[in-house]
Amino acid sequence: MSATAPAPPGILGQRRLRREDPALLTGEARFVADLDVPGALHLAFVRSTLAHARISSVDVSAALAMPGVVAAFTGADLERDWAAPLPCAWPVTADMKAPRHLPLAVDKVCYMGDAVAVVVAESEYLARDAAEQVFVEYDPLPAVVGIDDALSDRVVIHEELGTNTSYTWELAPDATAVEAAFSSATHRVHGHYVQQRLIPAAIEPRGVVVVPQPFGGEFTVFSSTQIPHILKVMLALTSGIAETSIRVIAPSVGGGFGSKLNVYAEELATLVLAKRLRRPIRWIETRSEGTQATIQGRGQIQDIELAADAEGRVTAVRVKLLADMGAYLQLVTPGVPILGAFLYSGVYDVPAYSISCTSVFTNLTPTDAYRGAGRPEATYAIERAMDALARQVGVDPAEIRRRNYIKAEKFPYASAAGLVYDSGAYEAALDRALELAGYQELRAEQARRRESGDSVQLGIGLSSYMEMCGLAPSRVLASLNYSAGGWEAATVRLLPTGKVQVVTGTSPHGQGHETSWSMIAADRLGVSPDDVEVLHSDTAVAPYGLDTYGSRSLSVGGVAVAIATDRVIEKARKIVAHQLEVADEDLELAGGAFTVKGSPDRSMPLGAVAFEAFTAHDLPDGLEPNLEASCHFDPPNFTFPFGTHVAVVEVDLETGRVILRSYVAVDDCGNQVNPLIVEGQVHGGVAQGVAQALFEKASYDEQGTLLTSTLLDYLVPAASELPSFVTASTVTPSPTNLLGVKGVGEAGTIGSAPAVINAVCDALARQGIHDIEMPATPERVWRALKEVAAR
Amino acid sequence: MRVSITVNGELRSDDVEPRLLLVHYLRDVAGLTGTNIGCDTSSCGACTVHVDGESVKSCTMLAVQADGCEVTTIEGLAFDGALHPMQESFRQHHGLQCGFCTPGMVMAATSLLAEIPDPTEQQVREGLEGNLCRCTGYHNIVKAVLAEARS
Ligand code: FES
Ligand code: FES
Repeated sequence: MSATAPAPPGILGQRRLRREDPALLTGEARFVADLDVPGALHLAFVRSTLAHARISSVDVSAALAMPGVVAAFTGADLERDWAAPLPCAWPVTADMKAPRHLPLAVDKVCYMGDAVAVVVAESEYLARDAAEQVFVEYDPLPAVVGIDDALSDRVVIHEELGTNTSYTWELAPDATAVEAAFSSATHRVHGHYVQQRLIPAAIEPRGVVVVPQPFGGEFTVFSSTQIPHILKVMLALTSGIAETSIRVIAPSVGGGFGSKLNVYAEELATLVLAKRLRRPIRWIETRSEGTQATIQGRGQIQDIELAADAEGRVTAVRVKLLADMGAYLQLVTPGVPILGAFLYSGVYDVPAYSISCTSVFTNLTPTDAYRGAGRPEATYAIERAMDALARQVGVDPAEIRRRNYIKAEKFPYASAAGLVYDSGAYEAALDRALELAGYQELRAEQARRRESGDSVQLGIGLSSYMEMCGLAPSRVLASLNYSAGGWEAATVRLLPTGKVQVVTGTSPHGQGHETSWSMIAADRLGVSPDDVEVLHSDTAVAPYGLDTYGSRSLSVGGVAVAIATDRVIEKARKIVAHQLEVADEDLELAGGAFTVKGSPDRSMPLGAVAFEAFTAHDLPDGLEPNLEASCHFDPPNFTFPFGTHVAVVEVDLETGRVILRSYVAVDDCGNQVNPLIVEGQVHGGVAQGVAQALFEKASYDEQGTLLTSTLLDYLVPAASELPSFVTASTVTPSPTNLLGVKGVGEAGTIGSAPAVINAVCDALARQGIHDIEMPATPERVWRALKEVAAR
Repeated sequence: MRVSITVNGELRSDDVEPRLLLVHYLRDVAGLTGTNIGCDTSSCGACTVHVDGESVKSCTMLAVQADGCEVTTIEGLAFDGALHPMQESFRQHHGLQCGFCTPGMVMAATSLLAEIPDPTEQQVREGLEGNLCRCTGYHNIVKAVLAEARS
């Protein structure tokens, strides 16, 4: 009866090709814009062209008169349709100030792109045409664009709050120790860094389709989201529709990087309008509205100080952050800087630590989680500052890091900020990276070029990072005021034919969970991964889940799959023991069959056990039919992946042009389920960090107008702007979960921006340039060179 | 307006609005949703198809301009249940993650090799300049295209 093919042992760690690929490669996969819903109406939003203004009037009459237009609403028309404003789930302090954020603005607009009206029409073309016939009169207000301007409260954006400051959050476990370290320090370093705003730019824009059931009062919401489960709960709370009447499905999702980890105005508006009009409704974002209406990343000003002794051993780290929340708080906006706030001492053994973060409102698009969320910012600050310290002490950047690493034997390591790092071997990763990069030869080449006065100088940049992922232990989240838990759910079933079904609460959008989760279950069961199906991203199929973000899926969700699989195995063991009349512990599971120890001829394949469990004709007394088990895994701790990256750049002293010549990434994400996927995650992550370092910036003018609202102006790098990467890994398993895994989704992004900028500054060190603000565009580098030449 | 376009080997004839973009024609009229839309400034290449054998961003062309042409979309590439060698190479080398850029990327890659059968890495990188991918960092895409060129 067994339909499962036995698999060779040791599936974990194999470079298995992804099962997701054929559908994606042939165009069969369905993204939200591909869903064909007969009779669907289309939405087009009318968005503010100003960053800050009172709305004097909105006239939808001309739009309504157009053929094919079904309805048009202003913010005021819909004000009573929302059961609650758009949610922010992370009030980081008890006194945090949060403005009321409605899907459509009523009295005033607070950023360019804020929706003021919506048109519903028979086609997408008609809806857009009609949106252009909605006339809005504004009474412009001065815009708050910079963080400093926001702090001054010269203009208060949300009058009802009385200030632009949302919160100040502090962490100073031992302030006296920090003071003492600074007053006795031989070396003090101060770094002032700007984290420019970034546009996440997943290649698939957002979109949502809502299909109401005409009689049942139920709504199916298809959304290009990373978080179908969280979205379902939040849509219930904000629309007033019962949670039991909402089903959320994330179809194929074309990348997220945090930008689809949110509850958006358009999702709520589409649902509410589908309810109001009783018609299926779809909205597909255009790129130029996405650059304004989808969250942006980063947006911080960082001041970091290091105190160090004569040898350059860091004795204290003190940080002051200013963070730009944008006009409103989205789902986790205020929490993003806090996710990084524990990590500004990086991979170093630092005894004293303090940090404060003040976050403000501006008249710009809200910020929120973008790949790494707080951790790239932290790593950037400490890794830039370590280079500054190396310069001051007069040692090589690699040496300053060696002197300060937390030694491998110190793990688990309790950091001054209050975390316990699970495991690490930082120096091993550095050694490997330097070896792969050919560090000594690079330094020799650099010296030659410097000596010969080459107009193109070589720069070598290091960054050793450590990150906190596997979000998250629920009790820790409670202590950070986060409104949800951090567990993940999995259900594993052996079906009557012996096939295996895994249901996961994670929601992949490019990470290959179907492939990896099937490997995890198959490895434990001893069957082929091809016999394991993985279901996800549909709240009717996977009722519980906390979705995919924060490099959490494997180390929380994958571990849940492993535990649920083990529970199924234990139940199966009882059935086999009963039928073969042996004790549980006399059975061993290998190659997809239970065998009686010492009697290889007495065995029962899993498929047969599944069928027995299904018929339930002969089960032990008291045992329920079927082989199914669930797990809700709440991790005991975060996981802490780490690594060292080496960037090599060539900087043209005449034009300021920076070319990334080569890039080495050595990452340690613990045990690897599928190294093919691990490498892919690193490649993509590195590219995004390099993009922040060299190319990308959401630029605004003084009126708060977004100047980079299309992909013509916002420079997402193309293949021609990047090199191939050299990747390698060390393996230090995490002791906090049974798979020993850590997570790798954000590592590349976290390690790369500081490596690249350290390299650029290294190339320019002879010229006396030690800082270039990101992105290090030719113009910026050229200006810096002109400035020093003029001195 | 009436257009006659051969799409993946089948001649179709449809009434279309003069302003209908080829990409919308393919997706909404012909029902071939494999061709994706990632921007509104002809920047991303997600919509790349072949028109009379040349790779074209189908959001830069009107359906009426394709009248009388032969258009191949990603759906027309796999043959007889087997992936096209370029699709297979993307799979072998993990040249896709979310897969949204992939149809356009594969179409651009096949026409790149038609033009330059044995490209250098730099030529592949430059040849794919018009196609953006946010997931892969291009590393494995370039690898897949080079491997396919060498096979
Ligand atoms: S959709 Fe972006 S180039 Fe055509
Ligand atoms: S695979 Fe996601 S954009 Fe290329």
